[in-house]
Parts: sequence; structure tokens; C-alpha cells
Amino acid sequence: MLIVGEKINTSRRRISEAVENQDRAFIGQIAKNQAEAGAHFIDVNAGTFVEQEPEYLCWLVETVQEAVNLPLCLDTPNPKALSEAIKCHRGVPMINSISLEKDRFDAMMPIITAQPCKIVALCMAQTAMPVTVEGRVKAGAELIEKLIAEGVAMENIFIDPLVQPVSIDTHAGYVVLDVIKTFMTDFPGVNTICGLSNVSFGLPARRLINGTFLSLCIFQGLSAAILDPTDTSLTAALLSAEMLLGRDEFCEKYIDAFQRGCLDL
Amino acid sequence: MNSVKSISTPFKEVALICKSSWAQISKPYNARETIMTIIDTLKQDINKGNIDGAVAQTQKAIDDGLKVKSVLNDGLIAAMDEVGEKFAKGALFVPQMLRSAKAMQECMELLKPFFLEGDLIPKGKVLIGTVHRDLHDIGKNLVAMMLEGAGFAITDLGVDVSAEQFVKKAQEIEPDIVAMSALLSTTMPSMKETIEALQRAKIRNTVKVMIGGAPVTSKYAEDIKADVYAPDAGSAVIEAKKLIGTS
Repeated sequence: MLIVGEKINTSRRRISEAVENQDRAFIGQIAKNQAEAGAHFIDVNAGTFVEQEPEYLCWLVETVQEAVNLPLCLDTPNPKALSEAIKCHRGVPMINSISLEKDRFDAMMPIITAQPCKIVALCMAQTAMPVTVEGRVKAGAELIEKLIAEGVAMENIFIDPLVQPVSIDTHAGYVVLDVIKTFMTDFPGVNTICGLSNVSFGLPARRLINGTFLSLCIFQGLSAAILDPTDTSLTAALLSAEMLLGRDEFCEKYIDAFQRGCLDL
Repeated sequence: MNSVKSISTPFKEVALICKSSWAQISKPYNARETIMTIIDTLKQDINKGNIDGAVAQTQKAIDDGLKVKSVLNDGLIAAMDEVGEKFAKGALFVPQMLRSAKAMQECMELLKPFFLEGDLIPKGKVLIGTVHRDLHDIGKNLVAMMLEGAGFAITDLGVDVSAEQFVKKAQEIEPDIVAMSALLSTTMPSMKETIEALQRAKIRNTVKVMIGGAPVTSKYAEDIKADVYAPDAGSAVIEAKKLIGTS
């Protein structure tokens, strides 16, 4: 299971302030905390700055990669910000994200195909967000086909089924689980990824819902998750689920995490 | 007048003065009580999101000949006001709010055939939509639903609404409030574009502009000269009422 640490996002007030003040130490520390908690990629998002996004995103890439020796998840739908950020990045980045929306696809493709990278592909149709399993699978399959045609390798594609709040539609969780299973079964080699926190929007005790949902996604074969790796309730859900699915030999990781005090009990 | 002989003095006197039967005298008193009970129970049912109960009370109100305008204003809208306030305070969660809104909608369906001209004067007209190139509608729908529940007339343009579409519809329906939602930082500038387009069309001064959505902040609202930022559906109702001066 690939973990993308989600914390460096300017929609969080303290991150936004640190970016405005160019506080390298603060951003570096948040990156280190996530790396130590097991993140494989660190997500960077400066979207709230709109006009200054390209400049700030580059600053984040440099600042985070000074602090940790990890690749980053460049989180922006803005082609200009992406093309600048990717120049500053060392290693193979993950790009978050592309969709079938025509303008976005056309603008992002040249940047994506210019170097090796992993790509988050949203199950979003051109003009609407499909609600059903079929609608999302259709959109995702079409996007896979287009990316493959552009020379992207299947194993570099990370399908995002689009997690919607279960508070609005009680089937929203189940739909995502079904979509994950379908892609993992019908498209050998492809990866699936999702953000978790959306599922619990509008409900109390969100960490409980997020952790349980993560376990269910893992059971369906989810290959990567965008989450807060320093949240011990998520770590607990992740490690126990992987162990129960027979992916933790001698239960080593689980016991190790317990002994380090990383399980929220 | 034999029938009133057994009744205690004050009532007897009243009965005699009115030269009326006991039953006739007591009717207005009981009717008032019934109205209060029906309206109160209806409010409770809407608050709890008890759809069947709310529909039954509405039917009872109709059968008992209550004024539909009062059922709407003192029952449904008053209850939804409470729901919105509780939600804004975090005392209610989204599914509970949706249930209340659904209960209200079903009651409205029952009431509709009985409305007379003038019964349904909305608090204000709201033109709402998710901005250009943005397809997210969950938050926008919640806001529309709660504003409708609070007695506003809603015209919902859906998602991916261009500045031109907002302006065209605003010219046509002359809303009190134009409400815009954006869930992407890349689509937030469309809010600014819409405000500028309203200006160019010379109708910016005739409407109030409300904005919201996950990446939107009150500072951004100030920057683009929107009138107000609403962080959630409950706040949207409170702010909308302030904007049109009814709260």
C-alpha cells in the first residue's frame, strides 16, 4: 500500500501561513513527520493562492525535497503550476490529477508525457461527475485508454474513483468500493488511489469513518491512499487490515507499530 | 337551556350571555388549541426529519381547515429556520438536515394545491449555480435546499455556469441574491469573472453576491468584492436573510 501524505495543502490555515511567510523550517518539519510516519510520497498543494500558485508550488517542491528524500505528489489541476513545479522536482513525481475534461486533458498531457511520472486519473466524465458504478468505470476506462494511447504505462496510472460524502448519499461508500474492485479485476496492472476524508463529510466522529472506510478499500484491493500518515487511527486501520488480509508476515509490521506506540487504541 | 345547568357558574353566565350552546362557545377555543397543537407537532416532525409524521400533520391541518399560509410560515419555514441554525452551530449533521428538508418538501407537495394567489410570496429570489468549469454540486445543492426551506425562491442553474449565463438569467428573473459555489482553486477566478460581468451588465448594484465552497475564504470574498461568504448551508440561510434585511 502506497501512502501519499496529504498534510501540505494550503487549504489548511497553518500551512497557508507558513507558505506566505516562506517558513522553510515549519514546512520541512511537516514533511519529515509524514515521512517518518511511513509516507512514500508527500503531496504538495498551493491551490488556494490562485494567482501565485505556480510560484508557491515550486517553493514547496524545493522546500519539501530539501527536508526529505522522497518523491512528491504534485497536486494541481493548473497546467502552468504543474509545468513549473515539475521542473523543480527531483525523481519520479506523482501528478494529481488528470480527467476527461477536455481543456484539462489537452493542457496536462504534454507536461505528463515529457518525463516519467505516476498519474492520478479521476473517474470524471467530460461534463458531469458520474454517480453510478457504471458511469465511473466507463469514465475511468476511457481515460486509461487515452493515457495508454499517449504512451503512459498501465502501472503508472492511479485510478481515483472519486469519494463522495456518505452523508449525502448512503450508497456513496459502496459505489467507491465497487469501482475499486472492478478496476483491480478488469484492468491488470492499473493502480487505484483515493482520498479518504471526503467520505465522512457532514458526519460526527470522522476519524472512525475514515479508518473503517480505508480498511474496506484495502480489502477491495486499493493500491494507494492519500491520507494523513501521522493520524494513528488510520495507521491502526491500515496495519490491522493488511495483517488480516495476510499481507503482513508473522504480523511483524503490526506488532512493531504497537511497540512504537503508533496504534491508537 | 337545560343543557348548561350543570356547568359551573362562569361558563354558565357566558353561555347565557351568548345565548348559544356550549358546543358552539367552546369551538373557537378548542380550534385555537388544535391549530397550535398541529403546528407545534408539525414543527417537531420537521425538526426530527420525521417524514411520515410531518405529512400526516400537514394533511390534518388541511382537513381541519387551517390556513395553508400559516402552515407554511409558522410550521414548515419556522421549523427549517431552527434546523438551519442548529446545523450552522454543529448541533445537527448533514443527513439529519437532509431528512428535515425532505420532510418539508413532501409537506409542500401536499399544500401546493391549496395555495391562493399571494400566499406564496417568497422571502427573496436567489439565483444559484456552481461556476464555470466546475462540476461539483453537493455543497451548492445543500445551500439551495436550505434557502428554499427558509422561504426563498430558488433558480438553480446547475454546474459549470458561465459568467454570461449568470448575467443572462439575472437580467431575466431579477434576483435579490446571486449565489456562486466553487470547489476548485482553479475555478474560483470564475466567481470574480461573474461579478465583473454583472458590473458590465450594470446589474451588480441591484443584486447581492454570496459565495462559498471548500477553497473559498471570507478574504477571497472581500478581494473579489462579493457581498458575503457563507461557509456552510446553515450560514448561507442566515447570511441571505441579513442580505435582504429580514433577520
